[in-house]
Amino acid sequence: MSQAAATSAVSTDPSRRARLAEFWYYFSENRGAVIGLVFFIFLVLLAIFAPLIAPHDPTQQYRDAVLVPPVWQEGGRADFLLGTDAVGRDMLSRLVYGTQFSLFVGVIVTALSLVVGVVFGVIAGYFRGWVDTAIMRVMDIILAFPSLLLALVLVAILGPGLVNAMIAISLVYQPHFVRLARAAVMSEKTRDYVVAAKVAGAGHTRLMFKTILPNCMAPLIVQATLSFSSAILDAAALGFLGMGAQPPTPEWGTMLAEAREFIQSKWWVVTLPGVAILITVLAINLMGDGLRDALDPKLKRS
Amino acid sequence: MSVILEARNIVRDYHVPGSFLKKAKTVHAVKGVSFQVEKGKTLAIVGESGCGKSTLGRILTLIDPATSGELLIEGKTVDIAKGDLTPEMRRKVQIVFQNPYGSLNPRQKIGDILTEPLVINTKTPADERRDRAMTLLKKVGLEEKHYNRYPHMFSGGQRQRIAIARALMLNPKLLVLDEPVSALDLSVQAQVLNLLADLQDEFQLTYVFISHDLSVVRYIADEVMVMYFGEAVEYGSRDEVFADPKHSYTKTLFAATPRADVESIRARLARKKAA
Repeated sequence: MSQAAATSAVSTDPSRRARLAEFWYYFSENRGAVIGLVFFIFLVLLAIFAPLIAPHDPTQQYRDAVLVPPVWQEGGRADFLLGTDAVGRDMLSRLVYGTQFSLFVGVIVTALSLVVGVVFGVIAGYFRGWVDTAIMRVMDIILAFPSLLLALVLVAILGPGLVNAMIAISLVYQPHFVRLARAAVMSEKTRDYVVAAKVAGAGHTRLMFKTILPNCMAPLIVQATLSFSSAILDAAALGFLGMGAQPPTPEWGTMLAEAREFIQSKWWVVTLPGVAILITVLAINLMGDGLRDALDPKLKRS
Repeated sequence: MSVILEARNIVRDYHVPGSFLKKAKTVHAVKGVSFQVEKGKTLAIVGESGCGKSTLGRILTLIDPATSGELLIEGKTVDIAKGDLTPEMRRKVQIVFQNPYGSLNPRQKIGDILTEPLVINTKTPADERRDRAMTLLKKVGLEEKHYNRYPHMFSGGQRQRIAIARALMLNPKLLVLDEPVSALDLSVQAQVLNLLADLQDEFQLTYVFISHDLSVVRYIADEVMVMYFGEAVEYGSRDEVFADPKHSYTKTLFAATPRADVESIRARLARKKAA
């Protein structure tokens, strides 16, 4: 057994490496995607090592340093590189810790909506008939609402907070995954290899999730990256509206909301979280485009 | 000789539901076909595109139910519409598809493709499954090193060999071959046909060979059934059918076969010169 495992490990490696190499070839064609990837890795490292990188505690209030401008401006102080906010908290530390929340929101929301959406989508596409109609009509109803509005309503029902905001946002994003999975399953279902598995005696569950699903993953992965960034954006928006993360959590949207009154006078309190959201979303979107180029069979067929 | 497969008056209708401007109608894909195949023999089903031969193949493989009629495998009636399809029945009939590029799961390694039927249907331990897959891989003319590769790394002929190996994993009695060589080029066709003939001898397999290629049929078949618009218009031993076609469609079919032997080419050139 161990010998069998060893041989399989040895001889699968080249093919996997070859597939990875091919993937990297198509991915690296797109320069924006590589930049996005690099920035994304930077963000991940920032989130992991936030306690080491941040110069201050993100919730520590320095009463002697309220609304200090960034270091390069007149009146800036060297120990607050990007200045402080209205209650004297260090902006840089808050932004660095904010990365943790944003990535956390992105990962959880995407994973939740991907898993639930794929299960529903595969079931709908595989069984068709009334199951399909029922699932798809519910998804159509969810899609008919403006996404942020629906998330807002859900959070209003569940109560404000980051966890509830994540649940609401993942519910809002689910229909996209359901539709994609359903369409992919419907096109794969009639292929001969699926019939062959059926003739071999495979049951419904095996056919759905072991035979068909792995062949439908490419569009889903692309959609997952793109909704990762939208999830961050929506979480920030909910935070801004006071329905997401609650103060003093250093979440970027919440930081924006707290800084609203300084929009005219103290630019750094408002601009910096906004810029952080902007470049994060941009980087992930660029990365998603590169993934699409590398994985979408319509753009590339070997 | 024992009869492996018997079909009695198999009918298959497709209902096309009507819509706003169209009336609902019924398409009779197979209209009452009966035949039997003995152990170790090959029945060839011949006919033009859309005559119902693949539909019949799917019914025989227990993929789709027949609308009416009886299907007996080793003397036992099987009706999948009634749900009496046992794993033992399933194991007795396997299929090889026409297109080797679509019939292998692109995300599965050859080893997994081959062992999957065993995983699903039996409790064979992993190393035994592996041994059996290796044996069959070699039997169909591939090598052990191919076990861990993916389908896209193989040529069409090799893929068809893998598909044949997969079909044989469960020791079936009956193999339905749905145009197994029509997607392959000529030299590979010959190799695969020889392989099929060898395997038939070795495992005492019974074949139902669906094809539109008469030269292939003449090579491999013991009995021939000609289908035309869902009906079996001619059914008999190969020599009978080829020597003395009764139905006008069969005659047309034979006349339409391109001939590539030296005499016929000479005759054609002579005709051309004379004209």
